[in-house]
Amino acid sequence: MAFDFEKPITEIQEQIENARKIAEKGKVDMTAAIAELETKLEQTRHQVYENLNGWQRVQMSRHPERPYSLDYIENITQGFIEQHGDRNVKDDKAIIGGFASIDGQTVMVIGQQKGRNTKMRQYRNFGMPNPEGYRKALRLMKLAEKFNIPIITLIDTPGASPGLEAEERGQGEAIAKNLLEMAVLTVPVICVIIGEGASGGALGIGIGDKVLMLENTWYSVISPESCSSILWRSWDFKEKAAECLKLTANDMLENKLIDGIVKEPLGGAHTNPNQMYETLKSVLLKNLAELKKLPSDKLIEKRIEKFSAMGAYTEA
Amino acid sequence: MSWFKRVKEGITTATKDKKATPEGLWHKCSRCKKVLAAADHINNSWVCPSCNYHTKIGSDEYFHILFENDYEELFSNIKPTDPLSFVDTKSYADRLVDTQKKTGLDDAMKVAVGQLSEQQKLVVACMDFNFIGGSMGSVMGEKISRAIDYGREHKLPVMIISKSGGARMMEAAFSLMQMAKTSAKLALLAKEGIPYISYITDPTTGGVTASFAMLGDFNIAEPEALIGFAGPRVIKETIGKDLPKGFQSSEFLLEHGFVDFILNRTEAKAKLTQLLDLLANRKLNLHTEEKEAPKSE
Repeated sequence: MAFDFEKPITEIQEQIENARKIAEKGKVDMTAAIAELETKLEQTRHQVYENLNGWQRVQMSRHPERPYSLDYIENITQGFIEQHGDRNVKDDKAIIGGFASIDGQTVMVIGQQKGRNTKMRQYRNFGMPNPEGYRKALRLMKLAEKFNIPIITLIDTPGASPGLEAEERGQGEAIAKNLLEMAVLTVPVICVIIGEGASGGALGIGIGDKVLMLENTWYSVISPESCSSILWRSWDFKEKAAECLKLTANDMLENKLIDGIVKEPLGGAHTNPNQMYETLKSVLLKNLAELKKLPSDKLIEKRIEKFSAMGAYTEA
Repeated sequence: MSWFKRVKEGITTATKDKKATPEGLWHKCSRCKKVLAAADHINNSWVCPSCNYHTKIGSDEYFHILFENDYEELFSNIKPTDPLSFVDTKSYADRLVDTQKKTGLDDAMKVAVGQLSEQQKLVVACMDFNFIGGSMGSVMGEKISRAIDYGREHKLPVMIISKSGGARMMEAAFSLMQMAKTSAKLALLAKEGIPYISYITDPTTGGVTASFAMLGDFNIAEPEALIGFAGPRVIKETIGKDLPKGFQSSEFLLEHGFVDFILNRTEAKAKLTQLLDLLANRKLNLHTEEKEAPKSE
């Protein structure tokens, strides 16, 4: 599938395809024409993908072929043992987690998980965790802390689940507890937005020493669609809302609300997943090495200082 | 022929003889419609004595109810700005100025310190719902953060009175991060063994519920308040069904184990004093005049 903004690219691709067909039929030599088109294609790809606006990044973050948490775990780590359940109510399928090894170092990986097809999307509740998911995540983080093992969280959610049961079992309390507890974890915590970072649902596993965003992801207080519906009382202003919310990785870094951006392959993580896994793996290893040098009290102090500095106000 | 016949035509009282009722002398309950003297309503902490309806009040009113005499407002020099140059149907910068003019407030939160009782000093951070729905922006986050620091520095308990629709969209991710910031500060307060009371009023939803409002050593709610993470309209749209009666009310949260107890505003000062006396291991002073609890059906 291709997005509207990818049209200039697909058009050139079609032209190349046609040129090849003509060449195959024999008669005409198309080599020069094809080479020219391929140069043009490369230029256009750079032009399009390096200048995506807010809404286009939101669309990229939701591309159905984008790698999800389990894809990263499978391709970046070895020996992942998934653990289930919050030890209270049930197992939330929208959040997965367990110990795994990355380049010989054990880490606790926790991530929000979306499904690939209709059945799996329902099974994973579209990546929208219930309170049990946040409580499972906290249980696993505490376990990692107990064994002095660093934590990596992979964030990809359209939001925490809004539902009767979620409210009955304290969605707000579950997220709130994680914010408080994650702030004082004694082990290094690295959080990576790999897709959608929607509001409290994302933040609920998002308090870390390093918070990173992949290039084509978004992170904000609300989705552009809901923002449009509330502020403009219509769903039609989602593109405008996406611009206003300043939700791209570049915006977030500029406003000092995240610590870094992880480069994606040109065209998005889904166009070259292996390259994406390689890149993210090396970024994680570099950050782990850096964070492991700090004693835990320093780690906590710096973490809290960082979040305490976030905000924009004037002081007369 | 009608059974009633007007004898005199029209209103005969001359305008100069008209007897005007001074504004604000009477209060009509917006729920049970009973009328009482406004002064009595204020003396009853803005609670209707007939139906126990808790009228929505602002920070100044809560400070008036809770503190003995004088109190000191803190951090009033912190004021909002428009970091993202946000424009929806109106620019956020204009919205701020207009709301400030209309309400006489700088933002949706005030912090004060004063005597809750003769022996107990308390830091109170209280929201103002009439300032953009009590929404949480950077100012609220910073004021809460400093209120907690103040409590840590002076070894004083901290209470946050919540009344908010949640995050302030016009500050986008800045607003979101206030959840992280305030919760992290509460972790530091907890480490020092200083009590934190979350006093939740109608309505409290969204990012406020998903951070400090649910993190109290004591989560206390006024009766019949709407308290939830997702707003009722969103949930209704998601599940495509009407919500059960009383869903997301204080009583619902009490039943599901997320608030410690429900507190009538008329009893707030006495009960909070009692609570903090217990925590401070002080002799209780329970013979304060106990107001009769309003009858419920």
